[in-house]
Amino acid sequence: MMNDIYLDNAATTRCCPEAMKAMEQALAADYGNPSSMHRKGFEAEKIWKDAMKTLAGTLAVTPEEIVFTSGGTESDNMAILGAARAAGRRGKHVIISAVEHAAVANTAASLEKDGYEITVLPVDGLGLVDPDEVKRAMREDTILVSVMAVNNEVGSVQRLDEIGKAVKSAGGSAYFHTDAVQGYGKIDIDVKKCGIDLLSVSGHKLHGPKGTGFLYVKKGVRLEPIMYGGGQQRGLRSGTMNVPGAVGLAAAAARAFAGQADKGKHGAAESAAGNEREYTGRLRTLLADRLKSGVEKIVINGPAGASGMEAYAAPHILSVSVPGVRAEVLLHALEDEGIYVSAGSACSSHQMKKTHGTATLRAMGLDEALLDSTIRFSLSRENTAQEMERTAEVMASLVPALRRFS
Amino acid sequence: MKYGAYIIKYAEIGVKGKNRGFFEAALAEGVSRALSGCGDGFKVTCIAGRLYVEALGDHDFEDVKERLGKVFGVLGICPAVTIARVDRKLPDIDALCDAAVKCFHQVSGIEEGDKRTFKVKCRRVDKTYPLDSMEVAAKIGEKLLDAFPSLSVDVHEPDILFHVELREQVNFFSLEIPGPGGLPTGTAGKAMLLLSGGIDSPVAGYMIARRGASLEAVYFHAPPYTSDRAKAKVVELAEKVAGYCGKIRLHVINFTAVQLAIYEKCPKDELTIIMRRQMMRIAEKIASNNGCIGLITGESIGQVASQTMQSLLVTDAAVMNMPVYRPLIAMDKQYIIDMSQQIGTYETSILPYEDCCTIFVAKHPVTRPRLDVIVKHESEISGELDRLVEEAIAGEEIIEA
Repeated sequence: MMNDIYLDNAATTRCCPEAMKAMEQALAADYGNPSSMHRKGFEAEKIWKDAMKTLAGTLAVTPEEIVFTSGGTESDNMAILGAARAAGRRGKHVIISAVEHAAVANTAASLEKDGYEITVLPVDGLGLVDPDEVKRAMREDTILVSVMAVNNEVGSVQRLDEIGKAVKSAGGSAYFHTDAVQGYGKIDIDVKKCGIDLLSVSGHKLHGPKGTGFLYVKKGVRLEPIMYGGGQQRGLRSGTMNVPGAVGLAAAAARAFAGQADKGKHGAAESAAGNEREYTGRLRTLLADRLKSGVEKIVINGPAGASGMEAYAAPHILSVSVPGVRAEVLLHALEDEGIYVSAGSACSSHQMKKTHGTATLRAMGLDEALLDSTIRFSLSRENTAQEMERTAEVMASLVPALRRFS
Repeated sequence: MKYGAYIIKYAEIGVKGKNRGFFEAALAEGVSRALSGCGDGFKVTCIAGRLYVEALGDHDFEDVKERLGKVFGVLGICPAVTIARVDRKLPDIDALCDAAVKCFHQVSGIEEGDKRTFKVKCRRVDKTYPLDSMEVAAKIGEKLLDAFPSLSVDVHEPDILFHVELREQVNFFSLEIPGPGGLPTGTAGKAMLLLSGGIDSPVAGYMIARRGASLEAVYFHAPPYTSDRAKAKVVELAEKVAGYCGKIRLHVINFTAVQLAIYEKCPKDELTIIMRRQMMRIAEKIASNNGCIGLITGESIGQVASQTMQSLLVTDAAVMNMPVYRPLIAMDKQYIIDMSQQIGTYETSILPYEDCCTIFVAKHPVTRPRLDVIVKHESEISGELDRLVEEAIAGEEIIEA
């Protein structure tokens, strides 16, 4: 029996042992409430603060700028709703891109009923936002611009620095938010250089526990809380602090960022724990090459498939379209071989097709016929070159058989 | 005040002549099964054309209502407030009147102050009670009128018919909660339901089961074209229907090979109709192997291309030796949807997973197939089909839902 090959790491990852160990300690021994006045509480507060320090360190910011949350969706909600509520009468205009995750797109849309105007920026054929478009869309009453760091469907890496400049040079007081759920730990993000005011992170996308995440809130940025209660975390996020979650996320982040320090010192595949970005990037290139040579008419979507655009391709995401094969069928056929991937669209059932999924692929102007034939491989440091070879082999043998019945 | 008993009314069973005992026993069994594990238990007895369900202790009314509401054969459920004998004596008329006044609003379901007409009806089973039934009814009516000025009496068409029964104990009841009707489970034969993941087939199964039939079901699974989630959805639907008619044995047939053979070798526009004929063949075989004496489908005339009258003729002809029950045949879609919402299968049915009927659909399937043409095309690959059908049946997976 073949071992499972898990290539759906953009959906979620396996929790790493470091995180689990830290969590177990926090659950079983350091279980106090950081808000309690006694020693148990004080000890819990200490490990909480350490965790915040670790998370802050990954972005080179201060621990006071980190708000721990339940994940990417909450972080996005806190950033968008919180900024809108704090803006008051300064303005009611918000800019997002056409390829945002639902956590951003739907949250922004929810503001419309309160009289906000939402501008949705188009993307090019690679899924990239043109910073000049941002510049043109900026208005005096713009209070927030939200553009994701890395797109979840095709892995496009947005030009955060140029977009940040466009936001800041407009002269208004708009905040720049980036949903970095797929970017944190995968690409370099310099929040200072990019002028980022708010940045969302999810823990389970980088081998941390589910139900964890944080929002970076730059010092001086004004947010209204979206949850009220005991006033924990500087009043921004009430509720007893999730200490086990925080230490788990911190441990996972520490490991994911460890490679950066000794950049270039690692060697072969087993140095996955070293610079995992370069490692997964190499795997992605290998898989793409093997698929191109093994599967007829396969199309690599986004920057990963465009020459000279390597810098705009996230290391861990590979979106491919396989003309003549339905994504859902291919997904289940791969599953039978122990290979787990995502379909480009969440659901390809006829009635749902028009309303669900493939927001990015559609915005990129992907051929309608390919929308339904797109699958996503997403990698992590736990994958190996051997798995890429095997996956490409399975694809090469499955696709012609499936094409016979389409 | 807690309800101490439930009086179950049933309709059709009453006219079943010498079989009546059999039907009543089946209903009593259905009621007992539905109530097993509920509260502190119940005693179910059959008295004079009604089922009498007596609570042996504490229980939750809503729970009982929901459970009894799923028992086929139950026409109505009357929750009754009861008064037990003290020293083997029923309460005297004054105590009886006081109790009636006390429980009147709960039993009748109206609010104090509501203007309503009423009538008291007494049944005096214990003939030793000192007053006769007319006198008891008159006394209680009088006391109720005194106590609640917003009430008035109407003996011909009362809003509220307030029953007082003098038996082993006193029962007050008035409200009647409608049950599903039909006949008790286990009083008809067993039938095989062709269960897809859609809205129609669970409703069809429910309707035949409501006539007393027991069910088994068959589901056609087509991996990798249909997913494990689609299968799990069908299991869930079977469980929901089983909530009414008792355990359903679900036969899961891997249909992929049969489908691919048809797809490769038969005209594209006849794909669906030939596929459905093979499903019927397989269902009939499994049915007869498992003691079923009929098939059930959720077909409805004209709903889709494969359910035109011509298509139904062609599909029907694939079944040799048993009737195909199609309870939805003349029903509009909206009616079927309403019914599936009512029986609680709708939310599961609309989960968006591909089922095997939707994966290989021709752009323009035949809407008026001719039996001779279809049979001819089918016979060209009959050797292969026969083999694949046998293999599919041999490889069935059984899930008890």
